Amino acid sequence: MKRPEPLEIFQPASVEEASAIVKEKGPGGRFLAGGTDLIIAIKEKGLAPKYVVDLKRVPNLSGIREEADGSLTIRALTTMREVEISPLIRKRFPFLAQSAAEVGSIQIRNRATVGGNMANATPSADVAPSLLVLEARAKIASAGGERVLSLEEFFHGPGQTAMLPEEILTAIVIPPTHPKLVGEYIKFSPREMMDLAYVGVAIALVLNGKEKRCESVRIALGAVSPTPMRARKAEAVIEKQIFTEELAEKAGEEAAKECKPISDVRSSAEYRRAMVGTMTKRALLNAAAQRPGPVPWVERRERRY
Amino acid sequence: MMMKIRITLNGKSISLEVPAHRLLLDLLRDEIGLTGTKEGCGTGDCGACTVFLNGKPVNSCLILSGELDGAEIVTIEGLKIGPELHPIQKAFIQDGGVQCGYCTSGMLMMSKALLDENLNPTEEEIRFALSGNLCRCTGYAKIVQAVQDAAAELRRMRAEG
Ligand SMILES: Cc1cc2nc3c(=O)[nH]c(=O)nc-3n(C[C@H](O)[C@H](O)[C@H](O)COP(=O)(O)OP(=O)(O)OC[C@H]3O[C@@H](n4cnc5c(N)ncnc54)[C@H](O)[C@@H]3O)c2cc1C
Ligand code: FES
Ligand code: FES
Repeated sequence: MKRPEPLEIFQPASVEEASAIVKEKGPGGRFLAGGTDLIIAIKEKGLAPKYVVDLKRVPNLSGIREEADGSLTIRALTTMREVEISPLIRKRFPFLAQSAAEVGSIQIRNRATVGGNMANATPSADVAPSLLVLEARAKIASAGGERVLSLEEFFHGPGQTAMLPEEILTAIVIPPTHPKLVGEYIKFSPREMMDLAYVGVAIALVLNGKEKRCESVRIALGAVSPTPMRARKAEAVIEKQIFTEELAEKAGEEAAKECKPISDVRSSAEYRRAMVGTMTKRALLNAAAQRPGPVPWVERRERRY
Repeated sequence: MMMKIRITLNGKSISLEVPAHRLLLDLLRDEIGLTGTKEGCGTGDCGACTVFLNGKPVNSCLILSGELDGAEIVTIEGLKIGPELHPIQKAFIQDGGVQCGYCTSGMLMMSKALLDENLNPTEEEIRFALSGNLCRCTGYAKIVQAVQDAAAELRRMRAEG
């Protein structure tokens, strides 16, 4: 296996300093969080950064916090493993904990960060669909100040985001949610967490009363378009309707129509499209069958396929 | 770029001058001479290179030396308790959890990480914890058995204080 070429490594102690280094050194550098995408790009894809700016020594860039208004802040350098085992996330958004648990092995998840997963902007990024259905926002900072974008605006294409080279993703913010919100994430991948998603589907759902009227629904898809995407036409099928299996099936058909998959080594576009239909329906039914609160991992697994 | 770093390796504090781009895996094997840690894939898929970094199991093939100043690292060479093999090592030997041995140090480190958190894991939990460690010889059944036996022995040792 190829080795990295010699490089310069900087370890700034603040976001401003990190951003200023990139401004001063110019193109050809990379920020480094957990390195699980960056080192692979160096080893397998011939990337040779001139310099690397390690963000791990910047204070206050990791951790999960519930704010007074009920919103949840996940700082960018929080690891997937931290999200997976966080009591707060397991209680409020078990499907988000689950989507973090789907990323590689425990060894990978001890390094891989939420910020890196977003900044790398792979269409199959496992945490992206769950964050999209929670309508998460991306906080971005540089020496020049801070701005906040919706995650939908943040993703521009495969490997491409709204960030300028000197900008740093500092946090993901999940706005306050309905107390009855339930959700689901299905990563469809024959080798489960040790391979990338062929298709990823996340659901966030609020159902009301015995009749299960849908107060709101959000559906997001991974690995089937240039960026992780919301499936708004599929949402419209269910929104404000009484939730039924037939409607879940129809929403699946809509989602299959509106996604834009490609064929690659893992699967053909046609197969991905068909699986979007099946998995969207299944994820909706799984979500609708849940109560708010934590769900044990083993139980989730048994329910999956 | 050369960098001065200070790390704690298997309980001993050491200072080193290393190229920032050197992988932790290569630092351990080629510069320090601890060859128990193996390279299988080099891409985070096989777990043969697993070591503990600041108390957590990670893939040493994906970490640069330049990231390591102040780090605490434990490798397979640090698993023994004094002169004695660790109960996990003994169980792998006793149960035939080792064949060619290439995956073994990674398997042992990951099993240690699991048992540090959970002394009573189910088979499902063992397989989940070891899903980033590939073995081409054993078929895994004996490895799972070894982890269960090690857990029982560690529970017994704990009960006896
Ligand atoms: C064996 C293996 C299995 C994997 N399996 C999965 C999987 O199942 N699902 C999945 O989604 N991913 C998977 N990945 C990919 C990877 O682990 C994740 O995308 C991870 O979240 C990346 O985070 P990181 O901190 O390691 O990023 P890094 O590699 O450190 O950075 C990735 C990119 O983002 C930039 N960056 C990082 N942080 C910031 C920031 N705060 N601000 C601005 N830019 C930043 C870096 O400059 C770099 O270009 C896998 C990787 C490996 C090696
Ligand atoms: S050599 Fe590091 S995971 Fe395979
Ligand atoms: S014993 Fe040979 S690879 Fe596991």
